[in-house]
Amino acid sequence: MTAANILPAQGATTPRGRLAVLAEELWHDKAGFIGFVVIVLLLVMAIFAPLLAPYDPAAQSILTRLKPPAWLDGGDWAHPFGTDQLGRDILSRVIYGARASLLVGVSVVTFAGTIGVLLGLFAGYKGGRIDLFIMRAVDVQVAFPGLLLIILIVSVVGPGLLTTIVVLALTNWMVYARVIRGIVLSVRQTAYVEAAEMIGTRPSRIIFRHILPNLTSPLLTLGILEFTNIVLAEAAMSFLGLGIQPPATSWGLDIANGKDYLFVAWWLVAFPGLSISITVLAINLFANWLRVTTDPQEREKRFARAKAAERRRHRGGGG
Amino acid sequence: MDMTSEMPLLEVEQLSVEFDTRRGIVHGLRGVNLSVGRGETLAIVGESGSGKSVTAQAVMGLIDVPGRIAGGDIRWKGRSLLSREGARAARDIRGKEIALIFQDPMTSLNPLLKIGVQIGEVLQRHLGMSRSQAQTRVLELLEAVGIPAPPRRANQYPHELSGGMRQRVMIAMAIACEPQLLIADEPTTALDVTIQAQVLELIAGLQESLNLSVILITHDLGVVAGLCHRVAVMYAGRIVETGTADDIFERPAHPYTQGLIRSTPRLDDRLDRLIAIEGAPPDMLSPPAGCAFRLRCPSADTTCTQEPPLLSFMNGGNAACWHPSNVAAVVETAEVAIQALP
Amino acid sequence: MIRFLLRRIGQGFLVVLGVTMVVFVATRLVGDPVQVMLPLSSTDQERADFRHQLGLDKPIPQQFVEFVGDLATLNFGNSLWQRRPALSVVFQHLPLTLELIACGLGLAILLSVPLGAFAALRPGGVVDRIATLGGLLGLSIPQFWLGLMLIVFLAVKLHWLPTSGIGGPSHFILPAITMALPSLARLMMMVRSSVIDELNQQYIRTARAKGLHFTQVLFGHAMRNALVPFLTLAGWEFINAMAGYTVVVESVFAWPGLGFTALKAIDHNDLYLLQAIVFTVAIIIVIVNIAMDVVYKAIDPRIKLA
Repeated sequence: MTAANILPAQGATTPRGRLAVLAEELWHDKAGFIGFVVIVLLLVMAIFAPLLAPYDPAAQSILTRLKPPAWLDGGDWAHPFGTDQLGRDILSRVIYGARASLLVGVSVVTFAGTIGVLLGLFAGYKGGRIDLFIMRAVDVQVAFPGLLLIILIVSVVGPGLLTTIVVLALTNWMVYARVIRGIVLSVRQTAYVEAAEMIGTRPSRIIFRHILPNLTSPLLTLGILEFTNIVLAEAAMSFLGLGIQPPATSWGLDIANGKDYLFVAWWLVAFPGLSISITVLAINLFANWLRVTTDPQEREKRFARAKAAERRRHRGGGG
Repeated sequence: MDMTSEMPLLEVEQLSVEFDTRRGIVHGLRGVNLSVGRGETLAIVGESGSGKSVTAQAVMGLIDVPGRIAGGDIRWKGRSLLSREGARAARDIRGKEIALIFQDPMTSLNPLLKIGVQIGEVLQRHLGMSRSQAQTRVLELLEAVGIPAPPRRANQYPHELSGGMRQRVMIAMAIACEPQLLIADEPTTALDVTIQAQVLELIAGLQESLNLSVILITHDLGVVAGLCHRVAVMYAGRIVETGTADDIFERPAHPYTQGLIRSTPRLDDRLDRLIAIEGAPPDMLSPPAGCAFRLRCPSADTTCTQEPPLLSFMNGGNAACWHPSNVAAVVETAEVAIQALP
Repeated sequence: MIRFLLRRIGQGFLVVLGVTMVVFVATRLVGDPVQVMLPLSSTDQERADFRHQLGLDKPIPQQFVEFVGDLATLNFGNSLWQRRPALSVVFQHLPLTLELIACGLGLAILLSVPLGAFAALRPGGVVDRIATLGGLLGLSIPQFWLGLMLIVFLAVKLHWLPTSGIGGPSHFILPAITMALPSLARLMMMVRSSVIDELNQQYIRTARAKGLHFTQVLFGHAMRNALVPFLTLAGWEFINAMAGYTVVVESVFAWPGLGFTALKAIDHNDLYLLQAIVFTVAIIIVIVNIAMDVVYKAIDPRIKLA
């Protein structure tokens, strides 16, 4: 296959051209596109919360307790999602809640990711005893009853934002270590790395030039998926009273708050929960698209299947 | 062997296969014509990417997304395999009347199932044998392909066998139902040289004892010499020359075939350098118009931008070329003149 | 096989030792357990007495040795809350948790296989896209919220099922469904991707070239080979269920299993009971891990016992 024969329309070479191709593919995958849009909206919501929220999320008002959402009897558009038992506006709490989830998610992924990647790199590159030791540590940690251990630690140290972040990082670094170690091991076995080592290339150079480029794509996908796990974990922790504490706002906390009023005011629980679900779903949809797009084989398959489906449709379904 | 009195077993006519990729449509096969008669061995020779394996897969109905058959016909004993009923019947024909063995026996066998089970499957499926009947026959088959201690081997897994033995297992699976045509797609490429010879001998022996027709696909001319009656040379998705083995080796007509023969080193040659064919195979996304070989051909000129005619020779072979070597031996028939028209 | 088992048990021991150390550190060195266990109004003298009573004023190494000794003899002390041996409390509530997991996970495993296989047959097709969307949805909904919403719709609005607690079989349904759904989603996605991967392998080409019926190719080859990663994930789901999901689900439905008890133990600052629970669960996890390895080996002949 000679380079000169590549059709110009398909083989975009400039950065802008490549971005355009990616955007086109994202547009075609409706699910991924919706996911991406929702993520952007969430980010905007979290960053600009003070500007977007109609009320202070902690503002209480006896007069407007347990108001239903605007489209039901008894509700009004001053409080579109209704109010809780203290008169706080649910919509505002939902908007501010995004901040907690985002903050915890990003912090934990950064922490746990850094620990895990470093350990995985170390284990994979050094091999031998160090590898064995680190992987044993991973096995031990993996065998730990996760949430129960969190419960144990939090019961002794006390709940809070910082504790939540630290504890979640400590229980979630292992997957990074395993994945990175796997990649390091397989890259090291390739012929060109062996050759580089044989001619005496410095380890740091080998790591930077050969190993790291292979890590960026899987790390990105892994980080995004782990982010969703952390969002769900933080929600569960806050729900159980072990995570973020009042007066701070968190979606999980709001659900716990609303649990007692489940039978009379379901909206206290419904909207925070919907927010979590939509957030995680959007990230999952986008991550799914990303995973296929960054893997050339999968990307080709996706294209081929779409073409085949198109052909079937044109022939009137007569495959 | 009188080939002309019998209808050919397999006929491939103007077969085209296309692959959908993000960069465009790859034209894997662009009008392949060949035929195999009973008891005949046909070699399909060509470089990697010329379309040899695709041809085999198309015959076996194994072309799947992103590939599809874009035109032409495949006929087995006169019946088309590409029509609606033909495709349905094809599943019963596959494995029973036509069998295919692949290049890499390690990945072609299910790693989690015992050898005996995998061979037995074919017997149970096509011949309706029971488990125990199949087991007995499996042992006979293993012996027929030269595997020692059949009872022990039948209970082993693929990773416990050597490469040569795995290929024998593949052959056993293929001949289990006594097929009429065996397609061997590069059966020896993944094996050591000494094992290569054994496997080829096995195939030759089976061909005689079962009156098997064989299509042998390979890029190695040495493999072809002792085994095959006829040879078809493939280039860029088309057959460029066919002929008997003798004729191809001693009087190659098409420049590509000549290049292939020349570039195969022989022990008794005393060359300083190997003779290669200049250039590289064309990009199948947009193959060159007319003769695909013209960009590398020493005899090319402006007429070669037109689709070359299929010229038949008196010795029964043919070549798709404007300037074949055996010009004196060319027999131009009316059909050929018509084929030369765009 | 025996040697393999012994090795894995030995490794399991190491893991349990690791758990021991972490529990020890978590309960004694990080924060002050006495402070947590006594009311704020207690005097310093009362604290000192209590500390002495629990043996927490001895030097740390000595404490550790005693701790390990206690664990080895399965002496988890008395639950401060219920004033009886912590271990007996654990064994009273454990069966309920196991029942919940068995039902929930069992349901998930049974449904995920056909759903995933079906979706894998035509990747990118309609069934597949619906299944993938459903799977992603199942992964995205927080389990506790799902339970609450199920309660709202099925128990409160429609009065079909009870809202919480244990009783007859109808009390079982909502908790089991809540347990099952996220696992179902994960398992189904895994079955789908495994089967798709297997169907792309070379040996499937051979199977098709042999003219086997499609059902034979799918079940006899692709799905059989996909069983290995599936079982691994199923075991992992069990472990995660024991280690976390049950706490949440039991809390939502007031299901008096081990997780519910653990939360109550926190409310009562009962560190001994918490220790006992964490330990028991860790041991169960180790045992399940070993069992999974054994099963793995039985299915995949290429795995060497080392």
